[in-house]
Amino acid sequence: MTQNHRATALIVLTLVAAALILASAYMALAGAPDAAGLTEDNTYAQRIIYFHVPSAWLSMLAFGVTMVASIGYLATSKRGWDSLAVSSAELGLVFTLAATASGSIWAKPAWNVWWTWDPRLTTYTIMFLLFVAYFMLRSAMEDPARRARFAGVYAIFAFLSVPITFMSIRWWRTIHPVLIDPNEGFGLGPGMMTAFFLSLASFTVLYVALLVHRYRLERMKEEVDDLKEQLGY
Amino acid sequence: MNFWKAVFAIIRKDIRAELRTKDIFSSMFVFALLAVIVFNFSFELRVPEMKMVVPGIVWVAITFAGTLGLNRAFVIEQDKGSLAGLLLAPVDRAAIYFGKMLGNLAFILVVELILLPLVMIFFNLSLLTWQHLLVLFLGTFGFAAVGTVFSAIAVNTRAREVMLPILLFPVLLPVLVAGVKLTGALLDGEPLSELLNWIQLIVIYDLGFTIVAYLTFGFVVEE
Repeated sequence: MTQNHRATALIVLTLVAAALILASAYMALAGAPDAAGLTEDNTYAQRIIYFHVPSAWLSMLAFGVTMVASIGYLATSKRGWDSLAVSSAELGLVFTLAATASGSIWAKPAWNVWWTWDPRLTTYTIMFLLFVAYFMLRSAMEDPARRARFAGVYAIFAFLSVPITFMSIRWWRTIHPVLIDPNEGFGLGPGMMTAFFLSLASFTVLYVALLVHRYRLERMKEEVDDLKEQLGY
Repeated sequence: MNFWKAVFAIIRKDIRAELRTKDIFSSMFVFALLAVIVFNFSFELRVPEMKMVVPGIVWVAITFAGTLGLNRAFVIEQDKGSLAGLLLAPVDRAAIYFGKMLGNLAFILVVELILLPLVMIFFNLSLLTWQHLLVLFLGTFGFAAVGTVFSAIAVNTRAREVMLPILLFPVLLPVLVAGVKLTGALLDGEPLSELLNWIQLIVIYDLGFTIVAYLTFGFVVEE
């Protein structure tokens, strides 16, 4: 593809993502039927599922992409992989915050607290801290090749530790290994399913669009840095 | 030079250097002891029975003191250029990792072995059984396996002493949770056979991250 084609494709992708997000916002707020058998507050709060679950899914996806890109960097030493890893990790942090904030808003009417040390919530906080540490590590080094190597190694450790942390906290909170999740106490009706999967798909497209933008930005930043170095700034 | 000979040469070097200065050991031990005493006073007035918090105290003291020791592990290698010498030696990078890792493990284990009797005296508990020692060993192994890689990373960053705990603690959480759980359950008199899933969790953690460390350590020390 030529430069021009690529730019056009990116604009189209961005517009599609925007349209999909608008459509899922409509579905989430008006299109989907009310959940049955909940109090009035909880009926409204329940609609956060169309925002909360996709955000949570994207944060996992984004950190997964970071790990895969990190392995790619370590295997090939191509800087593009590192740019992809850092771009995706940044989006992962944003979606982690979005999922935490929306979850907290839901938890207040549903559980009567903003926060509880539930295994998912705790694991999620740890995951957030892992990738905050990832960025602190990156910012503590100047040399791009070393930064990419170290951050790559750390991303692998960080991502692999998430499922083990989840297991350990799940067992910690209950005597039995299996916990019935309060999130999944209700099933989704057919109308809700449509809205739910639409927003899941829309958010994923949004993630891809943002990732491409962020990746381009990162590459440009690197180019500017290299040029500056050549010019002796 | 074969692999294990190189590993043991590095361990011997670290132990000999340590026996001459006793820097790492003394700072780790005094720090661990201070942590236990500080925790004692910060919990004593609020907790009905100290037995309830002793597992947490022991594991946090070990984690903090161990981090202190790990911080030194690669600082001493780098300050006098010894790491460059190690890397130039015709040995596998993995041998350097296992040498440093087992050395760190040995130092922390020695600190634990001296700390435990003191904790037993302070809190009137029995901690020197093979079950307790097994749990401590498994937890410390995971700690050293991950900590050695992160210490090699942290030493190359700005603000290196601060970086290590920030990198290490979130990854270490499963070990800490399982360790506190196991030590607590053993103190409550539960048999080890009923806690096998926790042992399993630590063993999986230890094995998994030792393999990841083995695979990635070369990238960390590569120049």
